[in-house]
Amino acid sequence: MAALDQTQVKEGVDQETVDAVREVSTYKYGWDTDIEMEYAPKGVNPDIVRLISDKNEEPEWMTEWRLAAFERWTKMDEPNWAMVHYPKIDFQDQYYYARPKSMEEKPKSLDEVDPKLLATYEKLGIPLKEQMILAGVEGAEDMPAEGRKVAVDAVFDSVSVGTTFQDELAKHGVIFCSISEAIREHPELVKKYLGTVVPVSDNFYATLNSAVFSDGSFVYIPPGVRCPMELSTYFRINAENTGQFERTLIIADKGSYVSYLEGCTAPQRDTAQLHAAVVEIIIEEDAEVKYSTVQNWFPGDENGKGGIYNFVTKRADCRGDRSKVMWTQVETGSAVTWKYPSCILRGDESQGEFYSIAITNNMQQADTGTKMVHLGKNTKSRIVSKGISAGKAQNTYRGLVSMHPKAKDSRNYTQCDSLLIGDKCGAHTVPYIEVRNNSSRVEHEATTSKVDDDQLFYCRQRGMDEEEAVALVVNGFCKDVLQALPMEFAMEAQQLVAISLEGSVG
Amino acid sequence: MLEIKNLHVKLEEEEKQILKGVDLTVEAGKVHAIMGPNGSGKSTLSYVLSGRDGYEVTEGSATLEGEDLLEMEPEERAAAGVFLAFQYPVEIPGVGNMTFLRTAVNAQRKARGEDELSAADFLKEVRAKAKSLKIDADMLKRPVNVGFSGGEKKRNEILQMAMLEPKMCILDETDSGLDVDAMKLVAEGVNALRDEGRGFLVITHYQRLLDHIKPDVVHIMADGRIVKTGGPELALEVENNGYADILAEVN
Repeated sequence: MAALDQTQVKEGVDQETVDAVREVSTYKYGWDTDIEMEYAPKGVNPDIVRLISDKNEEPEWMTEWRLAAFERWTKMDEPNWAMVHYPKIDFQDQYYYARPKSMEEKPKSLDEVDPKLLATYEKLGIPLKEQMILAGVEGAEDMPAEGRKVAVDAVFDSVSVGTTFQDELAKHGVIFCSISEAIREHPELVKKYLGTVVPVSDNFYATLNSAVFSDGSFVYIPPGVRCPMELSTYFRINAENTGQFERTLIIADKGSYVSYLEGCTAPQRDTAQLHAAVVEIIIEEDAEVKYSTVQNWFPGDENGKGGIYNFVTKRADCRGDRSKVMWTQVETGSAVTWKYPSCILRGDESQGEFYSIAITNNMQQADTGTKMVHLGKNTKSRIVSKGISAGKAQNTYRGLVSMHPKAKDSRNYTQCDSLLIGDKCGAHTVPYIEVRNNSSRVEHEATTSKVDDDQLFYCRQRGMDEEEAVALVVNGFCKDVLQALPMEFAMEAQQLVAISLEGSVG
Repeated sequence: MLEIKNLHVKLEEEEKQILKGVDLTVEAGKVHAIMGPNGSGKSTLSYVLSGRDGYEVTEGSATLEGEDLLEMEPEERAAAGVFLAFQYPVEIPGVGNMTFLRTAVNAQRKARGEDELSAADFLKEVRAKAKSLKIDADMLKRPVNVGFSGGEKKRNEILQMAMLEPKMCILDETDSGLDVDAMKLVAEGVNALRDEGRGFLVITHYQRLLDHIKPDVVHIMADGRIVKTGGPELALEVENNGYADILAEVN
């Protein structure tokens, strides 16, 4: 009964979305929400850092932590080794804090959240209701009838507007809330783990994030608990000239398991916007974390105007023996992507996996890959990267596999495939391999291919139009990675592949 | 059904005339065979009719039920009912055979303004049709043509043809690379699709395929033209005496 109602709602929403698409060409999430915002003054300095800390009602130790990070950041230089080119970013010409006015008084429950905000997420297909995710999801017929639950933390510009299923999760001892709430409510956990995977001094963007992060998600899974549902955070940048600096901290205690999903979109704007996130994951003995991202920030228009500059530091620390982490990312958006989700394989027999699809079209640039740092004995890692370039885009895989002296008998397998569509784009593969013991094995395979005219003609002769044919061939190329995604994400990702490549042929 | 008039075609990249005035009419319900020596333009004709890039029509016309094929995109021709069974079916890694078929069927239905086939109906139909071509469930799941044997690839082409139910089927050397048993299976598949509303153009080097798919009309093509047309006996003549006699006779 309930499912039926929601299906109808979804259909209504889809119509709206269809209209939105017509207005903004191919990027489906390019509309903005007209909502009264409250900004901190432009630019960044210790006062702004204090203001953000104050807005989040943080304890003094947190404010000090931020200020120390800011102090350090002022002495750092922007990295320039990546194969991406963009106009110099004026870090003083950005807003570092923007929140909807209606969020001034923190809503106590989802019922109190501004309907405009709820409508925004509804329109994005992320209803902030505690319901089965599969209601109205295409292709759901193959799934068990009872569906699956997904808890959502929704971050709108600088603040988290609400988190679903908190009570049900609490029954299992799982903490899932915004990081600002965690700093207030669970300071002992935050103090123990924050900055231990990505140190404050890690890199230019991570250090800036440490100073000015405004919100993000926090997850703690207690020992032996298999999280009863998937957790997800949905990031939406709405305000103009505003950077989004979110911070995510995930702790999987001994023998626990969680699957975490991250989605991102932003309105279509003429000016580029900055996004510099940090994600830290701590995985204790025998625990396992799966982290999946579908990144669909606005990529800029076909001339390279606008779009998100995405400078992200994501790292998982497999601290305990036999711990496991799996990163899966589908990167379709952003004008510039600089992102290397990494695994520190510290525990003996720990395992890290990285599956990536990076699609660049028009003027997009992506420099992305991973780092697998093998410290423990018998550690294993696997990298499967699929880069697709179309238009005038440049796509770089950059990866490091490092076998330390104590990482005896460790193994890595890397497969990097690049696919080119048209003759104006580029694909680059930059693998770094360091092996400092003689019992470990590293394998690296790389291929570069073009979408073949014969394949396209074969598909078209069977009735598919050119774009459908390209999408089919590319989805086939990405299959190994798409299979690693949770069901709902895999379907979304497949459609996204098709949308991202619109206009790439002919 | 298919009407080709005075068709002249050259390669786009170079000044090489391949078809030099082809006239051919295939009626609904009939099977026409085209035979001819290598390089006579048989495969080019199949590509030009289905809309492959790289060819330029310099003169003449080709219509299907009165509609100008040459003005259409390849997928429009497919939706209008043109099907080409490829001499060398193309591999598409990572795309399941079933997914490919379903995408193709629904793309054509959509283009014709019909409803998409539901997953259940599609599955039922594909399983029944696959069975008669001895295509097992495993082959339906494997990526399109990847690692298929020669016989499997050709059977797969016929399965696609059976699912898409085209009006005009063009078979480009479907017998090449097949042993006798595989050829029989393919021929049976084709024969099962013969009906009053459907035309066939079977391109082949050899008579042996025509033992199994009995043509109504046989054409001999040479140097970009159809030089002789006759009944099934013409194919036997080629089988017995080769092309030399016929070519000498027309010259």
